[in-house]
Amino acid sequence: MATAQRLLMKGTEAIAEAAIRAGCRHFFGYPITPQNEIPEYMSKRLPQVGGVYLQAESEVSASNMLYGAGGSGVRVMTSSSSPGIALMAEGFSYLCGSEIPAVVVNIMRGGPGLGDIQPSQGDYAMCTKGFGHGDKHAIVLAPSTVQEAVDLMALAFDLADQYRNPCVVMGDGLIGQMMEPVTFPEAPVKVYDKPWAATGKPPTRKHNIINSLYLDPEELERHVYHLFEKYERMRADEQRHETFMLDDAPPVVICAYGTMARIAKTAIRELRKTGVKIGLFRPITAWPFPVEALSGVVQSTKVFLAVEMSMGQMIEDVRMVVGRDRPVKFFGRPGGVIPTVEEIIHQVKLLSN
Amino acid sequence: MASEDVVMAGFGGQGLMAIGKILAKAAMQEGRHVTWLPSYGPEMRGGTANCVVIIDDDAIGSPVVKEPRAAIVMNKQSIDKFEPTVKKGGLLIVNKSLIDRKAARSDLRVIYVDANAIAENEGSGKSANMVALGAYVGAVKTTTPKAVEHAIAENFKDKRGSVGDINVRAFLRGLEIGSAAK
Amino acid sequence: MSEEQLIFKRSKALTDAYFHYCPGCTHGIAHRLIAEVIEEMDIQDKTIGVCPVGCSVLAYNYFDVDIHEASHGRAPAVATGIRRTLPQDRYVFTYQGDGDLASIGMAEIVHAANRGEKITVVFINNAIYGMTGGQMAPTTLPGMRTTTSPYGRDTALCGHPIRMCELLNTLVEPVFVARGAVTTPKYINRAKKLLRQAFELQHTGFTFVELLSTCPTGWGLTPENSVAWLERNMVPFFPLSVFREPAAMPAAATKYAPDLKVKDDAKA
Repeated sequence: MATAQRLLMKGTEAIAEAAIRAGCRHFFGYPITPQNEIPEYMSKRLPQVGGVYLQAESEVSASNMLYGAGGSGVRVMTSSSSPGIALMAEGFSYLCGSEIPAVVVNIMRGGPGLGDIQPSQGDYAMCTKGFGHGDKHAIVLAPSTVQEAVDLMALAFDLADQYRNPCVVMGDGLIGQMMEPVTFPEAPVKVYDKPWAATGKPPTRKHNIINSLYLDPEELERHVYHLFEKYERMRADEQRHETFMLDDAPPVVICAYGTMARIAKTAIRELRKTGVKIGLFRPITAWPFPVEALSGVVQSTKVFLAVEMSMGQMIEDVRMVVGRDRPVKFFGRPGGVIPTVEEIIHQVKLLSN
Repeated sequence: MASEDVVMAGFGGQGLMAIGKILAKAAMQEGRHVTWLPSYGPEMRGGTANCVVIIDDDAIGSPVVKEPRAAIVMNKQSIDKFEPTVKKGGLLIVNKSLIDRKAARSDLRVIYVDANAIAENEGSGKSANMVALGAYVGAVKTTTPKAVEHAIAENFKDKRGSVGDINVRAFLRGLEIGSAAK
Repeated sequence: MSEEQLIFKRSKALTDAYFHYCPGCTHGIAHRLIAEVIEEMDIQDKTIGVCPVGCSVLAYNYFDVDIHEASHGRAPAVATGIRRTLPQDRYVFTYQGDGDLASIGMAEIVHAANRGEKITVVFINNAIYGMTGGQMAPTTLPGMRTTTSPYGRDTALCGHPIRMCELLNTLVEPVFVARGAVTTPKYINRAKKLLRQAFELQHTGFTFVELLSTCPTGWGLTPENSVAWLERNMVPFFPLSVFREPAAMPAAATKYAPDLKVKDDAKA
């Protein structure tokens, strides 16, 4: 076993290192708990590898620096936490509209408002349905371990470049603050051709314009249709999920993502020990939601239980897939309170009664 | 090998986060699954700080533990907060240098360690955390002391002077106490 | 034989698109001056522009350089992203109006200037919001009537106009801060010199050129009267001057050396 290559790292630091190894050399951000180790790590490491770390004057500004850098054709990222992500929404919408790749890390904390700084999943709707104004989407990846956060960072940069669209890695304070062993993949950085980038116009081509303004409504409509053709390809090709203990088609299936999914796994192991047949369906892409895979589970399932660190946001996607054929129950705690293994077991026992 | 989980709690600055990382790293280097989860936020600024370490042979689900099997408590606030949470039959390491009361529960295995005094003897009161870590490792006997010792040395390898040595010695003193305890 | 002599032509750094600006608007003059500087410095292939939200929102169609369209007020942030990314031989400029730069984008301009971003900011000050229909701007003069100050700008209600050059001149980093105008041949010639100076100094630090401009439509005046109005009302409040140039950098920049040492040990 290659234990020598395993490093014990905090989620935030592992995310930052993974970004650098994915070829990211530019970071623009603004401090906010619980993700401060990402900018701190970047400010230390990026200058060592010939990169640029810049602390912006605000999250609004950071997301627009992202737009300028991404439009220049480099791999660029920012990170923030819930209230900061809301401020960045302006830049995100422009990135989508102008088709600029960039990676955004959201280490979610409790809301609404200033809320608190404890782990939360209250931004599911904002990231998967919102992410700024207008008709658009971003791929949203939701890691449930530090290792997976590392793996998804590399994927995020590739997906962003491949689709010319921002890509979100959506973790929570727990994924960010926890330390776990990680191994960094050895895969070489994929390089994408970016002839559209505004890098200085040689006499041989027309000037490149990085733009999301289309004053003629029919022209804008065509542009949005074009964007949605892209989103349809994402829906077709990029749905990702994990199943856990679903092989014997258990009648009870928990749906959970990120931190909540790993807590659910412990509960499921405990329940299995007492003879309860139960499994887990875990979306890895919160958008595009893994519709196809979840559909395949509906037939054999009697009841679904969505478990979230919120008042229930992902559950709407689950209900959309499951329909009215099967009940979809909910358990969650908002405000940065983490539902416990014991609480989940209790909820499952209530279902069986 | 058995799985274990432990809460380590004390004042910010007592080095609880550090010994948690050292234990997790030692167990990782022995090929095991580990998680280390800190409390974070304003409470870290001079107040109490705690972290939870879980070590297992299988992938770890929840990194949060409601009823830990062990707790290391380094100050009064920590024993008040965490003694009631330890699982029945679990282990409580009490720093008697700073805690002037006995454990209230009779269903726990309790080891009292004069951590600050012992560390002072070895060269620095700052190494009290290592004494407590030693007592824990000695009592639980899942992570090998050599691996922990190695992780301590590695942790302090960039520090000047004998800081690393003092910490290793403090750990070994704690280890003796933990190993001998019933 | 007819003897044709070419005395004026479109700059190569402009596309052949028609400007959409109102008759008498001075945006066209400012565009041309910038394009001429780019052409004369032979940096068209190295220049990246950033356009604002405002009347000049479509300027990306006019400048024949690679160009970004920024959101309202954020052009200096976008330019920062470009500047910190592309090779250092590139020239990056933003083109912004008074609402864009001095209101919604105040944080971005002040911090870009304070970081000493190696960009040139061209600030078009016509004391009004043109595109949205003549509302009050942060540079609207006291007593000046706009569609949102119908009784004249009430300084008791909304303060005095902001003088951007003077404000930015309080910072240490900028290397060039100047105010010109584009309403008379004399002013236009001087404005071009200021722009040229700014572009030439760009690789040494932050450069800022404010150009007092007219908005006949928003002001409700003929183009001719607009020029006279600007001279009478704007120039006294917004004096035409070079506020900062390399020869006049503040001494504070080099003298202040704090002896504080924060966090000299790496975290354990």
